[in-house]
Amino acid sequence: MKKIVISIFIFCPFAVLAQTNIKPSIERGKTLYETYCLTCHQDDGGGVPKLNPPLIKTSYVSGDKKKLIKWVLQGTTDKIAIDGKFYSNNMAPQDNLKDDEIADVLTYIRNSFGNKGSAVTPAEVKTVRATIK
Amino acid sequence: MKKTLLFSFITVFTLLSRANFNTDTSKYKAETSVIKADADNAGLILPGGFGALKVATGLGEARHITVTLQGDIYVKLSNVYKGKTIYYLHDNNSDGRAEVQTGFGNYTGTGIAVKNGYLYASSDEEVFRYKLNAGNKVINPEKPEKIITGLLSRHQHESKSIALDNEGNIYVNIGAYSNSCQEKDRSKGSMGIMPCPILDSAGGIWKFKADKLNQTYGDGTRYATGLRNVVGLDWNNTTNSLFVMQHGRDGLHDLFPDLYDTKQSAELPAECMYELKQGVNCGWPYIYYDHIQRKKIINPEYGGDGKKTTTENIIDPVAAFPGHMAPNGLLFYTGNMFPEKYKNGAFIAFHGSWNRSPEPQKGYFVAFVPFKDGKPSGDWEIFADNFAGGEAFVSPSKAKHRPCGLAQGPDGSLYISDDSGGTIYRIIYTGK
Ligand code: HEC
Repeated sequence: MKKIVISIFIFCPFAVLAQTNIKPSIERGKTLYETYCLTCHQDDGGGVPKLNPPLIKTSYVSGDKKKLIKWVLQGTTDKIAIDGKFYSNNMAPQDNLKDDEIADVLTYIRNSFGNKGSAVTPAEVKTVRATIK
Repeated sequence: MKKTLLFSFITVFTLLSRANFNTDTSKYKAETSVIKADADNAGLILPGGFGALKVATGLGEARHITVTLQGDIYVKLSNVYKGKTIYYLHDNNSDGRAEVQTGFGNYTGTGIAVKNGYLYASSDEEVFRYKLNAGNKVINPEKPEKIITGLLSRHQHESKSIALDNEGNIYVNIGAYSNSCQEKDRSKGSMGIMPCPILDSAGGIWKFKADKLNQTYGDGTRYATGLRNVVGLDWNNTTNSLFVMQHGRDGLHDLFPDLYDTKQSAELPAECMYELKQGVNCGWPYIYYDHIQRKKIINPEYGGDGKKTTTENIIDPVAAFPGHMAPNGLLFYTGNMFPEKYKNGAFIAFHGSWNRSPEPQKGYFVAFVPFKDGKPSGDWEIFADNFAGGEAFVSPSKAKHRPCGLAQGPDGSLYISDDSGGTIYRIIYTGK
């Protein structure tokens, strides 16, 4: 009992702090998602069977942030299996979005549709963008 | 002498046709007396007098289907189910359910058809055929003949659907591996390539011989061009011509937000039915059909503004439907079971949209268009609804079933395949 009380005491403030920090980013990300991603990945992140992959707990969304940033900046016309399944559609590169916009939209998808992940920062996007081309 | 001969001819004829008539009706009666619709009509909403039952379930991605004169079904799958990709379904005890399910074939795909003693089936690159016995059963399921090979498949619009005419030809859809032939596919503001290089080897219907082996592009002819992607197609025996359903382009708003709002983008362009004669052009990627203005509008990738019309020699659709509903099956009904209004009319399986968000999605039903003298004679209507299950929804991954293929049974039943849940539906008419 004591332990639980202590851990709540210790972790709660951090959790709350983290929440309040990324909330505005998630909100901006939602708007960006609706404009640039929703048509294909749908409002629940469920995607379209056989056509566009879901963004729910996939290895890309939940995994290495660098890989995720790179994917979204570059898009693809090659067919790449997503967690063992193939999808027919092409994903256009999203490199017309600014570093902070990419950060916001990825922070949003990493914290929506049942996903829970750390925020993506504009600095991280900048670093990855510099390695492309 | 002449008279007696003629007379005896007539007698024989009458006797013959009567005999035919008799066996037909007895068989028909025997079947309909046992086959009953499911209590809930298999979850579908149908017009009065119609009922539905599930012939089979759980087959996976059941794309197109065909029903033999014996009432047996062949289904083509776009996934591997229990190691196989074509299923032969047979009803052993005349209860309407297929107890016998025999799989063969190791290639996934969409197209399937029976014609003149052969079963035809397609992968996304090739077309095969299997010799049938007198009972329309495949004689050697492991050794099909390859009749067409090397067709382009670049994942987008990759399925090859097929139809056969009565002169030994097979028609194959080769879909465009692009949305609108932009320099960068599906990229905002990217312009169209002029002329569109995809049209040489895709974006149309190709015609081949139904009985020649190993044909490829050089052996066939491009029968019709300017078709972005066709999944549903059928040979119409009244007009003796090929009818196809085109999947119209996506993303007018996403790609050109200054010209189209989300509402226009959900509704436009029309999903079109075309009657194809050799050599026609349906206009993709240069134009799309706007069913509200009833005009062929130049695509924004090619300098259009939502109003400018084309002056090119491009045919008009024979029927147009709201955008993005994805017509995957087309069937001209020639059976005797359904009421007169359905005779020679077109059933269309709308797989259901994904490209209408943020508006609610649409489709996920089988529609009907009445025909008279080879032309639509009235508005389209929803025939069988509620495949998706539940109210209006926005996300396609929530749809329980998605209608894809259509076939007519020997008794006039309508069969519908579902590539989302793998259900085969049979629709019967029991009204008076
Ligand atoms: C034109 C449709 C389309 C749009 C718009 C689109 N995507 Fe995608 N997306 C795809 C397709 C198709 C794939 C899979 C491609 C493949 O497997 O080859 C994909 C893959 C992904 C993946 C990796 C696989 C996964 O499911 O986790 C992520 C992450 C992703 N998209 C995020 C986004 C984000 C964020 C946006 C908006 C900024 C976006 N997409 C816009 C079609 C689209």
